[in-house]
Amino acid sequence: MTRTPTRRARPKTTLRPQPAVGVSVPKRDGEEKVTGRALYVDDLKFPGMLHGRTVRSMVARGIIRRVEFDPAFDWNGVVIADHKDIPGLNCVAHLTEDQPLLAVREIEHADQAILLVAHADPERAQAALGAVRVEVESIDAVLSIEDSLAARVKIRGADNVLKEYNIARGDLAAGFADADVVVEGVYRCGHQEQLYLENNGMIAERTAEGGIVVRGSMQCPYFVHHALQRTFGLPPERIRVIQTVTGGGFGGKEDYPSLLAGHAALLAWKSGRPVKIVYDRLEDIAATTKRHPAVVRVRTGHRRDGTLVATDVDAVMDGGAYVTMSPVVLSRGALHAGGAYRCPNVRIRARAMATNTPPNGAFRGFGVPQTVYAMESHMDRVAAELGLDPLVLRRRNAVVVGDVTPTGQVLHESVSAVEVLDRTAERAGWAEKRRRYGRENAAAERAERAGRFAPGGRRLRRGIGLALGWHGAGFTGGGEVRLNSLAALDLSPEGRPRVLAANVEIGQGAITVFTQMVAERLGVSPDLVLVETPDTDRVPNSGPTVASRTTMVVGGLLEQCARAMRERLELFAERALDGDADFRRVARRFLAERGPLRVERRYQKPAHIVWNEETYQGDAYPCFSYGAVAVEVEADLDTGEVRVLRVTTAQDIGRAIHPLLCIGQIEGGTLQGLGWALLEEVRWKDGRIWNHQLTNYIIPTAVDAPPLDVLIVENPYSGGPFGAKGVGELPMDVPAGAVVAAVAHATGARMDEIPITPERLLRALDGREERR
Amino acid sequence: MSAVLTLDFTVNGKRRRVRVPPMKRLLDVLREDCGLTGTKEGCGEGECGACTVLMDGVPVNSCLVPAVQAAGVKIVTVEGLAKGPALSVLQRAFVERGGTQCGSCTPGILVTAHALLQRAKGRVPGDAEVRVALAGNLCRCTGYQMIVNAVRAAARETLASGPGRAARTARPVAREQGKSARAKSKPVKTKAKARTTATVRAQAKPARAKAGVARRRPGPGR
Repeated sequence: MTRTPTRRARPKTTLRPQPAVGVSVPKRDGEEKVTGRALYVDDLKFPGMLHGRTVRSMVARGIIRRVEFDPAFDWNGVVIADHKDIPGLNCVAHLTEDQPLLAVREIEHADQAILLVAHADPERAQAALGAVRVEVESIDAVLSIEDSLAARVKIRGADNVLKEYNIARGDLAAGFADADVVVEGVYRCGHQEQLYLENNGMIAERTAEGGIVVRGSMQCPYFVHHALQRTFGLPPERIRVIQTVTGGGFGGKEDYPSLLAGHAALLAWKSGRPVKIVYDRLEDIAATTKRHPAVVRVRTGHRRDGTLVATDVDAVMDGGAYVTMSPVVLSRGALHAGGAYRCPNVRIRARAMATNTPPNGAFRGFGVPQTVYAMESHMDRVAAELGLDPLVLRRRNAVVVGDVTPTGQVLHESVSAVEVLDRTAERAGWAEKRRRYGRENAAAERAERAGRFAPGGRRLRRGIGLALGWHGAGFTGGGEVRLNSLAALDLSPEGRPRVLAANVEIGQGAITVFTQMVAERLGVSPDLVLVETPDTDRVPNSGPTVASRTTMVVGGLLEQCARAMRERLELFAERALDGDADFRRVARRFLAERGPLRVERRYQKPAHIVWNEETYQGDAYPCFSYGAVAVEVEADLDTGEVRVLRVTTAQDIGRAIHPLLCIGQIEGGTLQGLGWALLEEVRWKDGRIWNHQLTNYIIPTAVDAPPLDVLIVENPYSGGPFGAKGVGELPMDVPAGAVVAAVAHATGARMDEIPITPERLLRALDGREERR
Repeated sequence: MSAVLTLDFTVNGKRRRVRVPPMKRLLDVLREDCGLTGTKEGCGEGECGACTVLMDGVPVNSCLVPAVQAAGVKIVTVEGLAKGPALSVLQRAFVERGGTQCGSCTPGILVTAHALLQRAKGRVPGDAEVRVALAGNLCRCTGYQMIVNAVRAAARETLASGPGRAARTARPVAREQGKSARAKSKPVKTKAKARTTATVRAQAKPARAKAGVARRRPGPGR
């Protein structure tokens, strides 16, 4: 599939090279990954390197009374750092600066970092951990959303609220007065661990010039760069952050690396030697960020035919002990909380609560899975109460071009809610399966009552459920303007185009897609395009690798850079460029005669996008991607096990730059969604995570994963490069609601809390049978 | 603790001698003492399979194997799958079919899949068979479908390209055995030797099938 420059004679008037966009070229980092040559942070060694470890709190809330170092332990060669060693501010700078890098006196969550030790021998470093004794006086902690709302113990202001948003449109009271039916439900979901296969890790060095170099696994080099400036009080040019090959992120390497880099850098600063801190799985699960748990109350008013006339959502999320990313997660959750539905009267209230648990952070979907799961579970409940087919109810209310969102945003283009619903339903055989499973379940129940059981005596039921979701691509509201992203394209000394961006490859295919978009505009093959390693000394700040923005926003900047570079080179050559060899010839001549060539483009907000941060009104996102999912399950009424038989999904992502990578994103995100709905549960004991290992935090295996039937819908967005919208997060948003609906169809049990573990399902089934 | 073992074994066809503590994890011996960092640690407790290597042809979780058990065995790691600079059919299938994303699970998955294709010998394993074989290798990126597709495509391609090619691309272990110890054909014996507590647990790689229950209540062998 790679293309070499064609030598065929072509008429000069049709200089169209073979397309690079829309083709599944080999993944740029594929070969180094299948050979084991790719170097991740834990694969790197530096002379004189020390291994760092972290002393953490065992209690959720308390006051540090004493720190003792066991006099019997041999402390030779052990470097110890605590908050007093921090040269600048003792904080991890995110949106606010409330999270200390190391605890001073107050402990606000379990596994909070108190001090750091390092030794050249990792086993000695580990042993040193055991020789530090921290005496903490425990005080009353707030460990759940309910406790935090009750505010019996106050840990943040008068009401424990970290952040609140209110979105309103129309006249809610009039809407409910106008409704024939009002339906209400409360939907709960728990923490979810990102569980990237490569744990968090960093290596820091203090340079001879008094600066800091940090290498590691991360999504956002410039977030780390910013945080280190604050912690060390250094100017930006003295700090250098370099991304190493990163083994997955899913949001889990968005904000946490800033903290970990601070720890490694502090030990390096104090010792003058390179320091590596790589967490093992236990520490990674116990200490790093998770998806925010949520309790979402949804009340909707409908006409008899299902038409939505009023939507009232109250979403509460557990932010954890510090603000970190919670305001933005909450905002995105709130902005999507009404679902991809048209409704004239809406109120959305969203709050993030403080608790004494480790701060929750970014995880694929970023607040949307929680609210979309709630709304989709609710729509299934509404369909049942109105006696409507869930597909019909959704089609009746799904947004179309010209509709208005709760923030007053008019959806001008690329709106595919109805199309993804229809294509999913058609491909899944929705109507037929809905009838067939219903018939079969009823027949099985009759047979069992008559004492006739299926072979093996298992009481199995099958069902199919549907959900619809949407995801705004790029940063929320004015976020992209604040990011002010800058991306660049230059010529390497050998005359090849080179991408300069801070956005990182974490497996999703970012660098492959960058080479394709640039190649398409330059009329060369993607192979010719180089991608610089994200290194703050070498690449401009094109913003973080988050928010489904890399292809749409940064890819868009690079596409503009490529156009401009082509124009410059063609003006110079006084003719059109023709393929790889010609490009290099002209580029080398340019470098020799004119010197370096570097083209930059900065994000410009499209003029028609207007957002008011104060009123939370306006265009929350430049556009939305849409996805529908149909899930088929088989539930065992006696064991409570739910097996997913098949998933069908159609997702509109504007344009698939690399279809295979897009399907990879959709399949992977869908399975994470299924895991969240059925298997993945973080269990707590006294504010500490009890199942912080892969033995008992269960993610889906190849055997748990169902066949995934993915349809890509391409409804181009005029503001995205080649029509592309975001794809990264949408697939995670939608499946959970469809699982809940499928379980309800199969068993009659309407689950209002996920994950639907066998224990939860059995309890619900018992309740149902008792009521009979 | 201070006891040191002189460990002689074969890694990717090369004889190696390292001096290590006898209980050092094979994973660390490979990464630190042999400089083969392709094998990854994902969990350190035999659940994720990122550290899978072949021990006399049998996939084991190298984080659960103490160095002392590796004495005299033949190890194949991800670095041993390619023949020279060219990718194996299996590796190429992973690149072309979306079988690798972040790459952390990839070395272990390739090694497990390689062993499966050797066992399948000239047969294309079915979808379910591939999934069961890979059930001890966790992947968080792909949804597994493209991995399964890649493994089956490699089997088909190997089959289509004839027996000579198949032997070359799918059986490097046999090749290494041929090189280093041609006279001794001992796969059965070494397999038995590898079956100690840790490796049985490791190689059992139970299909943690279905949702919830089976995996929540550890049964025998886990």
